[in-house]
Amino acid sequence: MRLGISTAHSVVEPSAASRLVAGTLVALYALITIVPLAWIVLTGLKTPPDSISYPPKILFTPSAEGYCNLFTTRSRQTPEYIAALPPAVDTCDQVARNANMVVAGPSNFVPRFVNSLIIAFGSTLLSVGFGVMAAYAFSRFKVPLKDDLLFFILSTRMMPPIAVAIPIYLMYRELGLSDTRLGMILLYSAVNVSLAVWLLKGFIDEIPREYEEAAMVDGYTRLQAFRKVVLPQATTGIVATAIFCLIFAWNEYAFAVLLTSGTAQTAPPFIPIIIGEGGQDWPAVAAGTTLFLIPILVFTILLRKHLLRGITFGAVRK
Amino acid sequence: MAIPSNLVNRVAQATPPVLATRMRGLSDRAIAWVFVGPTMLLLLAINIFPLIWTIKLSFTNYRANRPNANILDVGFDNYVSVLTDPDIWLAMQATAHFLFWTIFLQTLIGFTLAYLIDRKFRGHGFWTTVILIPMMLSPAVVGNFWAFLYQPQTGLFNYAVSFLTGVPPSSFEMIGSVKLAPWAIIIVDTWMWTPYVMLICLAGLRSIPDYIYEAAEVDRASTWRQFWAITLPMVLPFIMLAVLFRGIENFKMFDMVNLLTSGGPGSATELASITLKREAFEKWRTGYSSAFAIILFVAVFGLANIYVKALNHVKNR
Repeated sequence: MRLGISTAHSVVEPSAASRLVAGTLVALYALITIVPLAWIVLTGLKTPPDSISYPPKILFTPSAEGYCNLFTTRSRQTPEYIAALPPAVDTCDQVARNANMVVAGPSNFVPRFVNSLIIAFGSTLLSVGFGVMAAYAFSRFKVPLKDDLLFFILSTRMMPPIAVAIPIYLMYRELGLSDTRLGMILLYSAVNVSLAVWLLKGFIDEIPREYEEAAMVDGYTRLQAFRKVVLPQATTGIVATAIFCLIFAWNEYAFAVLLTSGTAQTAPPFIPIIIGEGGQDWPAVAAGTTLFLIPILVFTILLRKHLLRGITFGAVRK
Repeated sequence: MAIPSNLVNRVAQATPPVLATRMRGLSDRAIAWVFVGPTMLLLLAINIFPLIWTIKLSFTNYRANRPNANILDVGFDNYVSVLTDPDIWLAMQATAHFLFWTIFLQTLIGFTLAYLIDRKFRGHGFWTTVILIPMMLSPAVVGNFWAFLYQPQTGLFNYAVSFLTGVPPSSFEMIGSVKLAPWAIIIVDTWMWTPYVMLICLAGLRSIPDYIYEAAEVDRASTWRQFWAITLPMVLPFIMLAVLFRGIENFKMFDMVNLLTSGGPGSATELASITLKREAFEKWRTGYSSAFAIILFVAVFGLANIYVKALNHVKNR
């Protein structure tokens, strides 16, 4: 909000010199902060010896070995055995043979990645679906003990995940939900629904009630008004909330590592345990990390405008 | 953009109350219940029921790896042994050290960055987005790849430090040394979460209307004085909010530290959540760890409540 004193150059506008200094410092920080990430992307393209060479190699010959090792399992063979094989069918085959190995089959990376996708989308659908309904009710109706309920919903986020995991572990063992996608979807939905309710309530509060009331004068029922007036108006908010839920479920590790071990394991507990011969296979880990982070980068750019709201549970809006 | 609230109020008052009673289909009351119901059921099943179960377990000697053993009611024994366990207090000390320094550094750097970005230089939108990236990443994956950067012989971090200071890169181990490991996790957390504090501070800075500065300028207040008298007090509630969220999150910290140091070396970086995980899922002392979990929850909840009171006090000042 600007008050009247309209000079072409307001006295509070920063000077050109201070802008230059500020711009340089911020750009410098941004570049430093992005180095670790860039390093991981580069490491994914190195050979294992290059990845742990000293001094660290900035210039190197790119290799597909990291990505090949990520997607395949290999077994060591004698040179004679390899020499007797027919020509390699693809790059990864060739890379493995150069190291005296043959590709034994696909690794677990793709199934783990697929688990991450299914669990992230499933839980997002559930928490945003439940969340938008509860948020509408909290925004528009007199719900008894409204403030207490909203605070209760928020407080469920204050529990350390490990503390929640103890009884969940026992409960899922009884119910047969241990290491199942359904179990993880329900768990992540419960964690995310608090965020969804708080964010969506903020978004729905911003839609004037008059829109629905006008629609109801025109003969819509409350539910029709909700579906045909409120939901379309809230689309941006719903999409932003959904992306926040997706990111949480995608990134989550504590529950995943304690409650899944095989069939429902997601990517975050899997990536750190990619082991090569003689220790961690850093290029493969880096390749997995890169593939895992790409969706997050895309989402961050899409969410720019709503980021602040999302990370503060709607407490701060621009 | 928010709708001017006085306008909304006027329109609302002008809306005939007849509307409210003109309903077909479900009544509003029924809709409210149907709409809030699923969320409440989900939270009851996945949060409240387990919480009650945890409270119940905390009074027993139950061990999850021996489901068929006799369960004895031990009263408050678990609580007493948690609170008198020197290892627990060491973990709380490590947590306090971690909390203090991460919040201090993130607030300092975050606020400075926000202040600089608020100079609105060309391209500030782009650089802000770049700075925000680390906080969106998976803490577990971050912890894992920083373990790679911290490798004593070959890691990029050690190389950068030796490049800047001349110390040989193999002369120190960030993760392997009891002295440095607590700082290793503080550095990673600060790298990851400074943008969070920055973003909230930036919103605070942008909420200060220009006319206040213009008035100060008319009064010939120095830039220094404007900063202390206007900028800082007006951003303070935002900083406090950021500290609250970071405080709660870092009190619960598990994933990043578990993958970076898994509490080691020894117990140098064994934060509360890591101890809890060891007790619950490695030593399988379910009753004992349930008591610890309840104590932690009460601590976060209590501290957060006191803090929110202070925050409201500052806001309404």
